[in-house]
Amino acid sequence: MEYILIIISAVLVNNIVLVQFLGICPFLGVSKSSSTAIGMAGAVAFVMTLATIVTYIIQYYILNPLHLGYLQTIAFILVIAALVQLVEIILKKVSPALYQALGVFLPLITTNCAILGVAILTITKEFNLLEGVVYSIATAAGYGLALVIFAGIREQFELSDIPEGLKGTPIALITAGILAMAFMGFSGMV
Amino acid sequence: MKQISVLLNGLMKENPVFVLLLGMCPTLGVSSSAINGIGMGLATTFVLVMSNILVSLVSGFIPDKVRIPSYVVIIATFVTIVQLGMQAYVPALYASLGLFIPLIVVNCIVLGRAEAFASKNNVISSTLDGLGMGLGFTFALTLLGSVREILGTGKVFGLTLFPENYGSLIFVLAPGAFIALGYLIAIINKIKKA
Repeated sequence: MEYILIIISAVLVNNIVLVQFLGICPFLGVSKSSSTAIGMAGAVAFVMTLATIVTYIIQYYILNPLHLGYLQTIAFILVIAALVQLVEIILKKVSPALYQALGVFLPLITTNCAILGVAILTITKEFNLLEGVVYSIATAAGYGLALVIFAGIREQFELSDIPEGLKGTPIALITAGILAMAFMGFSGMV
Repeated sequence: MKQISVLLNGLMKENPVFVLLLGMCPTLGVSSSAINGIGMGLATTFVLVMSNILVSLVSGFIPDKVRIPSYVVIIATFVTIVQLGMQAYVPALYASLGLFIPLIVVNCIVLGRAEAFASKNNVISSTLDGLGMGLGFTFALTLLGSVREILGTGKVFGLTLFPENYGSLIFVLAPGAFIALGYLIAIINKIKKA
């Protein structure tokens, strides 16, 4: 039951992009077509889950026993940067097909604040490792959901008549706002 | 003269939020009130100025291949300083900004300026560039925060402009952030063209 609540909360109620404002840059950047949106969502899901597991181990088995809690930010960002590099190298060797699909998005992920954000949130919410993993997978699913819906809407912009001044970023932001309004309908569910 | 143009560059012509569209997450996340906007802006400005200074000083000694990780460590160090300082002296503001303080590390503006400007310029221009970009970011956050606070609650900086129940609460909540920023950028695009 607890896990179902974590999933519903992370995917719908506290959607990482539309409610918590994390990972906006790639959300606006790669959402111009559905296929790149799906690729990005996949890469984020993969790295987010791995990063949460690794940072969890670092927090509870290295930083806490040594009373180095204040090094959290530095340790986490370095680990995530190294992890992304590592994933890139391993994927290239082990699964060229997957690398082809996710490759271009991987370098972008280091500066995606959703990854670091989820790693820190897992610690501040005091989840255990399994809850942390469920939370990060569900968050990534919520990220993918928002990204794919948004990309689908944005594809329609090609055909619609948008006022000159609103073309580009402004209309994208306003659309995201209306999408966020729709997601507000879920608030109070959990 | 050149120094002044470096400083003004970040404030207007290359404003990080309105023109370069960098640092969107904290912009949208903490701008629910003008005071939060100022707090977040100044915290980011401190990190920007200090990391720009240090990066311009040490960039000659860092091998090219480990450039980016070194910059990230420098930035993360100053972010940790800000985090500890704010926790000690302004705990209320620290609590309301929450997660977005440690996330200054992944703010593209900071790493962007370190890589694009500070690593190639001397200390004085780098300091001014950091200050200009930081103040431009603070200006953008404060403006967006004020707009949202006025439309949402009728107040700004604790000053009541109109009764609260005339405000539309949506502007303080998540959707209002996107919509207000969308229209602000549209207005600024219009001004730039005219």
